[in-house]
Amino acid sequence: MAKKIIRIDMAKLEATYEDVPEKWSRWAGRGLTSAIVVDEVDPTCHPLGPNNKIVIAPGWVTGSPAAPSSGRTSFGGKSPLTGGIKEANSGGLSGQKIAKLGIAAIILEGMPKDNKWYSIFINKDGVKFEEAGDLVGMGMYEVDEVLWKKYPNKPAVIGIGQAGEMKLSNAGISVNDPEGEPGRYAGRGGLGAVMGVRGVKAIVIDDTGGPGVEIADNDLFKQGRKKLTAAIMEHALTKKDGGLNAFGTNVLMNIINEAGGLPTRNFSAGQFEGAAKISGEAMAENIENRGGVGTTDHGCHPGCIIKCSSIYPNEEGKPLVSVIEYETAWALGANCGIDDLDYIAKMTRECNDIGLDTIEAGNAIAVSMDGGYLEFGDKEGALKTFEEIRKGTPLGRIFGQGTEATAKTFGVYRVPTVKGQAMPAYEPRAIKGIGVTYATTPMGADHTSGYTIAPEIAGVGGKVDPLDNTDKAELSLTFQAATAFIDCSGYCLFIAFPILDIAEGWAGMAESVAGVTGMKVTGDDVIAIGKEVLKKERLFNEAAGFTTADDRLPEFMRNEELPPHNVKWTMADEDLDKVYAWVHED
Amino acid sequence: MKVEIRVFATLRRYLPNLGIGDPKIIEVKPGTTLDEIREMLGLPADEVKVIMRNNLHAEPNDEAKDGDRITYIPAVAGG
Repeated sequence: MAKKIIRIDMAKLEATYEDVPEKWSRWAGRGLTSAIVVDEVDPTCHPLGPNNKIVIAPGWVTGSPAAPSSGRTSFGGKSPLTGGIKEANSGGLSGQKIAKLGIAAIILEGMPKDNKWYSIFINKDGVKFEEAGDLVGMGMYEVDEVLWKKYPNKPAVIGIGQAGEMKLSNAGISVNDPEGEPGRYAGRGGLGAVMGVRGVKAIVIDDTGGPGVEIADNDLFKQGRKKLTAAIMEHALTKKDGGLNAFGTNVLMNIINEAGGLPTRNFSAGQFEGAAKISGEAMAENIENRGGVGTTDHGCHPGCIIKCSSIYPNEEGKPLVSVIEYETAWALGANCGIDDLDYIAKMTRECNDIGLDTIEAGNAIAVSMDGGYLEFGDKEGALKTFEEIRKGTPLGRIFGQGTEATAKTFGVYRVPTVKGQAMPAYEPRAIKGIGVTYATTPMGADHTSGYTIAPEIAGVGGKVDPLDNTDKAELSLTFQAATAFIDCSGYCLFIAFPILDIAEGWAGMAESVAGVTGMKVTGDDVIAIGKEVLKKERLFNEAAGFTTADDRLPEFMRNEELPPHNVKWTMADEDLDKVYAWVHED
Repeated sequence: MKVEIRVFATLRRYLPNLGIGDPKIIEVKPGTTLDEIREMLGLPADEVKVIMRNNLHAEPNDEAKDGDRITYIPAVAGG
């Protein structure tokens, strides 16, 4: 059975099932969300207006039997935070369930005429709309709990917290995890606000009795899956009890600190004296010592074999939050001068509940500290900002608008953003390649768009000097393109680490995609296909008004030296402009 | 001469009494390489992916200098 697209018109409260048109038939995941946004969303539209859309798409292999760590769901639209195209992807339950219903994408458009809130239920029999007034004002922990009680098959719940209801530019989209809790987020860029504009509080996906994912060439799929699984299980980072499984992504805290690239106190230093206290090692130690529900061996979706997630307990061993990612521990920790992991956990829970991206939230607090609103290290004050956001006070709404709005409010010059989006946990002055990615990706400052940290810091996929500008434009583009392909596949980006080091795994990844889809794809095609996606996104942004002047890091990084290496951002603008010059040449 | 050693993540299993991020101060002879120090500490070569010295990438055959801060790092990444 050919896959369908569900188009949901919130103005008419109607859902229609459409065949996938030829022009989109090659794509899934990010490739599909970006293709649909490019074709259907006016680049000049207001992100919170009637002409924006939310597109939701699982990847090529998502939902296929035992494709390892492949449960990603892509969410696309025009970003209220950046004003450009956005794809944010998430783990959790949604991707596999959408795929198993035979759905290639869900397009959410229009706005309810009655200004009411709705929930949408999708199963094998179709789409149902329900008034959701009872869910309005609820945080995502309660929303997820209520909807699992109402729908007993443990469905996927895609939802927005209070931040999305208030249409804040830092509102993310939550996806529930295998325990039915929020914590998996299509967090970046404010797509939760775009969902809020559509009047949709939650989308519930029940795949019971669905047709499943068709496999075009089962032998090829199995061959690819086997190679990829072997690579993941062999690599020291991704194997059982390896770095990611034992410590989570926060395994990076001490290492990036050691490299002098850990942004500290709003990007004013590259090392934090409290890094060890908020590191993955400290997290794992607390989990072991506190007992109870805590575990470092947690997957964000069924079928994950890397299991980088964890459940972090409070001192009584009761669940506090899942999960504290490296980016989160950094944003709410080192970047705010906070060295208390339990406070970071509490703030992470607030973000999960209210529906906020943790990177943007931590940066907003950090710039407010730089502007004198709070002292760096004031963990009580930082935690209270979330109460303000939840209540929707004017101050809370400023924080909820993200880093640039907060920085303006408090008169701050040191504003670590690109295209309106705050930087993640790697200092571009000390790690130049990631700075190129921040500057040039169509997404705004984003590490996952082109993770040059792998060769610059971790010695994965080669080894290059992080402090050297040489060849970083090319390095970033290669990573951006490979990432765009993986974001189409539905595989978790973390499979990239083993397959960058193990060639068989790289080939296996491409073969598994070819096996499921029937497309002729090999490992040699990955970069070219990724560049097709990047080109679409880049051209959307140009049509929205972006120029090369938007591909720059903030001025303060050229002016201020970053200790301990005492380096500035020195990449030539012409080198940055080379990264996407090919878009108009090819 | 004295050097400061740090190990992180999965490599901490080989120096279990060292607090997270704490240095181990050891005495080595001038001319000792970073790889020889690794061997002295009992860190398996195939588990050390990156070596840093004084916050910069270093090579196994580099010679340690008095007061160096040397860090052995296993496979890490994430984000």
